[in-house]
Amino acid sequence: MSHCKQEGKDRIIFVTKEDHETPSNAELIADDPNDPYEDQGLILPNGEINWNCPCLGGMASGPCGSQFKEAFSCFHYSKEEVKGSECIDQFRGMQECMQKFPELYPQEEDKESSPEAESESGSAPADDSASPSQNDSLPSSAVASEGVPPTDPQSAS
Amino acid sequence: MLKCRTVWKKLAPLARASSTVCRQNVRRAGLNNGRIPTSVPTAHMSSGPAGGGGDNLKYALLVGLAGIGGLTYAIITVKGDQKRYEKRIAEIESRPSKATTDVQPKAPAVEASEPEEAVPEPEPEAAPSPEEPSPPAEVAAPGADVEAVAHDAEVAASSQTTEPPPADEPLVEASTEEAAASPAAVPVIEEADEPVVESPVEAAAPAAALVVEDEPSPPSEPPPAELSEQEPAPTAVEESEPAAAAAGPPAAEPPEPQPEVVAESAADSTPASAKVPSHAPYLLIGGGTASFAAARSIRARDPGATVLIVTDEPDLPYMRPPLSKELWFSDDPSVTETLRFKQWNGKERSIYFQPPSFYVKPEEFDSAENGGVAVLTSKKVVHMDVRGNKVKLDDNTEISYDKCLIATGGIPRNLQVVERAGEEVMKRTTLFRKIEDFKSLEKVSRNINSITIIGGGFLGSELACALGRRSTESGLEVIQMFPEKGNMGKVLPEYLSNWTTEKVKREGVKVISEALVKSVKYKDDKLEIHLKDGRLVKTDHIVAAVGLEPNVDLAKSAGLEVDSDFGGYRVNAELQARSNIWVAGDAACFYDIRLGRRRVEHHDHAVVSGRLAGENMTGASKPYWHQSMFWSDLGPDVGYEAIGIVDSSLPTVGVFAKATAKDTPKAATEKSGTGIRSESETEDTATSAVASATPAPAVEHKDDYGKGVIFYVRDKVVVGIILWNVFNRMPIARKIIKDGEEHADLNEVAKLFNIHED
Repeated sequence: MSHCKQEGKDRIIFVTKEDHETPSNAELIADDPNDPYEDQGLILPNGEINWNCPCLGGMASGPCGSQFKEAFSCFHYSKEEVKGSECIDQFRGMQECMQKFPELYPQEEDKESSPEAESESGSAPADDSASPSQNDSLPSSAVASEGVPPTDPQSAS
Repeated sequence: MLKCRTVWKKLAPLARASSTVCRQNVRRAGLNNGRIPTSVPTAHMSSGPAGGGGDNLKYALLVGLAGIGGLTYAIITVKGDQKRYEKRIAEIESRPSKATTDVQPKAPAVEASEPEEAVPEPEPEAAPSPEEPSPPAEVAAPGADVEAVAHDAEVAASSQTTEPPPADEPLVEASTEEAAASPAAVPVIEEADEPVVESPVEAAAPAAALVVEDEPSPPSEPPPAELSEQEPAPTAVEESEPAAAAAGPPAAEPPEPQPEVVAESAADSTPASAKVPSHAPYLLIGGGTASFAAARSIRARDPGATVLIVTDEPDLPYMRPPLSKELWFSDDPSVTETLRFKQWNGKERSIYFQPPSFYVKPEEFDSAENGGVAVLTSKKVVHMDVRGNKVKLDDNTEISYDKCLIATGGIPRNLQVVERAGEEVMKRTTLFRKIEDFKSLEKVSRNINSITIIGGGFLGSELACALGRRSTESGLEVIQMFPEKGNMGKVLPEYLSNWTTEKVKREGVKVISEALVKSVKYKDDKLEIHLKDGRLVKTDHIVAAVGLEPNVDLAKSAGLEVDSDFGGYRVNAELQARSNIWVAGDAACFYDIRLGRRRVEHHDHAVVSGRLAGENMTGASKPYWHQSMFWSDLGPDVGYEAIGIVDSSLPTVGVFAKATAKDTPKAATEKSGTGIRSESETEDTATSAVASATPAPAVEHKDDYGKGVIFYVRDKVVVGIILWNVFNRMPIARKIIKDGEEHADLNEVAKLFNIHED
């Protein structure tokens, strides 16, 4: 049973698990997915890539940023059966660039497959946004379901 | 009007001449027509009352002569102007091969007076001139005046600066009408402002870029938009592009042949400024979190952008939170050198955002093929010329910019009593903020017996806990004193603040609350802190964590507004102080659409505002909307995340559940496997970063605030939320604040957080 007390202007409520079992009747305003003010996920509502997404870490802004953008854009817009199969050149260019900066993009695994695998391993130790590590699953889910922003805009922004 | 005046000046002699002739003729006529040959005391001519025909002839002769005289004068003036123009062109062509340094220092002094004089004059002429290739006499006159003024003020730079304003005006006006019709615009301008425009447009681009944005602010919107579009256009030399773009599309063609000239002048500058780029399309003042976030944002949005960060610290951009948390928990004895810390998922990382190889060297700034971020360390910006779009460094070099971000952060405040206490006390006091402060404090803490932290806020409490842990190994006495009743007294409601203080004490810290320092003395190799209530504390070293003073040094020279309530530069909801100047991070007092005007000193805010400023610098025009959060950990079982306005003076409603052993920062971290919390939600991870030797048992006492949610309410609307030992729920909290709704029962709102679950 929950109990509650008042200490001056502050109110304190203690609740048990049962108290919180009934669904909440608090109303939240529905989110507008096209709200220009909101931070967007990896894929913008118009289908383009949001290069400023924190999930990309510093991939789009580093010394190999332009190569990365080319490779990833090619992949994103690829309509081949094996997605990105025509983008081998761009990926190779990116890989060559990244090899010039081993400190920034440590070579840990084969990078031919997807940009996300690269951004994962490449950016995890050093090349992050203002805070460290990324979740491994997020970028790959971005690849898998690129039409859908990862979970909700806020968690991915 | 002025044109009329100058024109009249030229024509006045003529007018006078002809008028006297007329007058004389009239009088003569009068005389002639006068039936009475009365003597008239007016003008006498040799021709008397008689000889009318002769008079007519003389009259005609005189008028004719006057006319011819006027015509010859006009022709001479025009020819003279042309000659002067040619001479000027020749002078300017020879100028770029000379060193530019003597030009630059003189330029600001000159410019200060130049724009004043030159601007009002050319302004009126600028409007009509593009429209019609005005009669040479008219244009020549003001042109000559401008030139005369310019000549007075000495060197090339001065005339360059006077001319771009008039150049800019007609260019901008022309460009807004006939955006792509550059060839058409160029000849029009050429004709109209012949002696004035062509020279600067073809002159060394850097100097021209200086004053380009000078005149029109409203019409500056199209040029900056064009600027950002033009920048991606690949050119050999980056800076001639923005200079050209800023000068308006019509002028794009002439500067293009100038890249060699530009490169030449840049290369010819003296060794002192050889390393410092003379122009940066994006200039970021300050090298902290906000600045780095902005740099990243700019690079992501503006491909090939070159961003220059100028910082007075000797270090590359780094993050601050680990300096008072993780770095202290590191087992590595060389941590002060490596500055690497272990996140709770075991992954190690450096506090530097990026290793040095990420950045472009300042020497290569201008030639970077795909752009990049360059960092100028140990250089302080001392003066900002907003009209001239340039800044001056402490070594007197100047850097001009197109867009500027001020992210100067702040300086730790000191206690007056400490400042007055003398050098011995000051030597033993640390104001903690930078890497060097961490290094020195770390060293000091190993060699002394007792340390006192003055201040009970985030920094003070975190440092106290970090040092308190060391005390268990080293026998260091850690004292924390503050005027409030408990730790985080200004943030947490009283009951929670008291609970937190108990926790801090458990970390090995001697907490002295309600302590106001009266004086500090140095005696017998010890510091004596006298409190106002009579207590005396003896210690070896003091850490003052009593707040941050936002750094607004540039406000005076730049003419920027400083907020009197919160401190910092006053900016609008889009973080803009003035056109082309944005402010982000600790130094920005901004308008939050939801919560009102505020200034936030947290890490995530620096990231969010820096990113937003970067977006707006590349044309986004977005207001501050994504609410930043902050977090703190005080020991292994007190960790919280907070968002919005969290001020203990507001009424609060707290909803708590009993904590189990699973609900601690360490557990949350291990489960989700991440490092610092703030990017957790953006990158779908959340955790605390506190090391703990053993998981402490949940505190068993009557009022156990193990975990819960605390709402801060203002006028019935939730404006702040603390998630107390509840993690990974920040998006819900953010949503509630964003909605800004009045909720009747906050317990119902608390249900949304599922506090009983993990």
